[in-house]
Amino acid sequence: MAIMRLSLRFTKKLVPKPIIYQLGHDFKVVTNIRKANIDEDLGWMVLELDGEMDEIDRAVEDLAKQGIKVDPIEGDIVEG
Amino acid sequence: MERIKGLKCRECGRIYPKEAIHVCEFCFGPLEVDYDYAAIQQLISQEVITSRPTNLWRYWELLPIDGQPVNGTSSGFTPLIRADNLARLLGVEELYIKDDSVNHPTLSFKDRVVAVALNKAKELGFDTIACASTGNLANAVSAQAAKAGMKCFVFIPADLESGKVIASLIYNPTVVGIKENYDQVNRLCSEIAGKYPWAFVNINIRPYYAEGSKTIAFEIVEQLGWKTPQHIVVPAASGSLATKIYKGLKEFQKVGLIDNAETKISVAQAQGCCPIVTAIKAATDAIRPVVPNTIAKSLAIGNPADGYYAYHVVKDSSGYGETATDEEIVEAIKLLAKTEGIFTETAGGVTLAVAKKLIEQGRIPRNESIVICITGNGLKTQEAVADKIGKPTIIEPNLASFEKEVKP
Repeated sequence: MAIMRLSLRFTKKLVPKPIIYQLGHDFKVVTNIRKANIDEDLGWMVLELDGEMDEIDRAVEDLAKQGIKVDPIEGDIVEG
Repeated sequence: MERIKGLKCRECGRIYPKEAIHVCEFCFGPLEVDYDYAAIQQLISQEVITSRPTNLWRYWELLPIDGQPVNGTSSGFTPLIRADNLARLLGVEELYIKDDSVNHPTLSFKDRVVAVALNKAKELGFDTIACASTGNLANAVSAQAAKAGMKCFVFIPADLESGKVIASLIYNPTVVGIKENYDQVNRLCSEIAGKYPWAFVNINIRPYYAEGSKTIAFEIVEQLGWKTPQHIVVPAASGSLATKIYKGLKEFQKVGLIDNAETKISVAQAQGCCPIVTAIKAATDAIRPVVPNTIAKSLAIGNPADGYYAYHVVKDSSGYGETATDEEIVEAIKLLAKTEGIFTETAGGVTLAVAKKLIEQGRIPRNESIVICITGNGLKTQEAVADKIGKPTIIEPNLASFEKEVKP
């Protein structure tokens, strides 16, 4: 089992969608929203995913496919 | 007397022990080294500092290691050059270049932060050091790990040009190229850092690593005769350098080494990757990530970890931010070379181009003292200027040909 913390950013189009609810249904991961701010036009969230690493990877891939910007909570890791 | 109290969350102020951790468990704010400045004031003085060898460890009391440094003892104390030729051209009275293009051992300011990170990693008991980098950081980590006898892992995007990897590979680290896009490379490195017991310099060692940047500020002040300049212009990637230079100046004031620390800090970004400058111009501390597209690869951080803090440093110090196009970057590299004899990498071109703009805009008054931070060496990014400079004049091996073709 593993826990991954992620920073998610939603655009206006994605704000109304029940993304976290769906994530918990489609993948064997426990979703834990630790911080968030959702406005009409934009949203961000710090999300913890708890589960098997493969399942977390699939869940993250699904989020990215939907157009959600998924980053480590540290921001960009790769430096010049 | 304990100089270092521990780590402290920059957001909620929670205190943590001196360990390899970087994020607050409660609010996810970044952790920062928490010093006891009253204790440090009893230990440090201008006389103590100037009696020590000329490297970054002369400011040991304000750096986050408990013992004496055993590695990275040749890094830092780079030249601060009075740039009168460039000053005349820009129409300013007092201009200096802080020249980290000749930092040791790998010719960039990253030698400072890695020297601090590596010593701290050893104190914390690590035998392996790692980083995710496309350039200067990878070079610095690889070289200093070799000298220190530590195992070393360097993570890079798989499609990185081979030329950029050579300056790391020569030191024999394990270099891992990761397929897929930058977002996935970032996420995997974060995962690896969470799983393996390594000192990942810019992840779990970041609170200590970043402190090394303060030494640029310390050196500038000392080299100016224990005075602060009125302006410092710095390049911004993660935003950490600007925040640490500001912190360094304030610390010198707190421990009584200088009377004031009113320097205005301005940041420079490439137009193709400028989330911090965009926020400064829009007067909002909400940093919007971007997808980088610039020749200044060493500044190409689209989602900067310290962007929010860099924004506030610029605002609090009454500095500003500007951007430079790729063309302006190249012109500035050439300008610095032909006026001051310094060949800088693209990040240096960004910084000079932006300083020039800020002077022309009147944001930096022409009669005030200015320091421009040059953070890397042009030999590393020769491709940026290769087809934009002159070519040799080819002649026959005789005097007539020389006089005809060269016209001396």
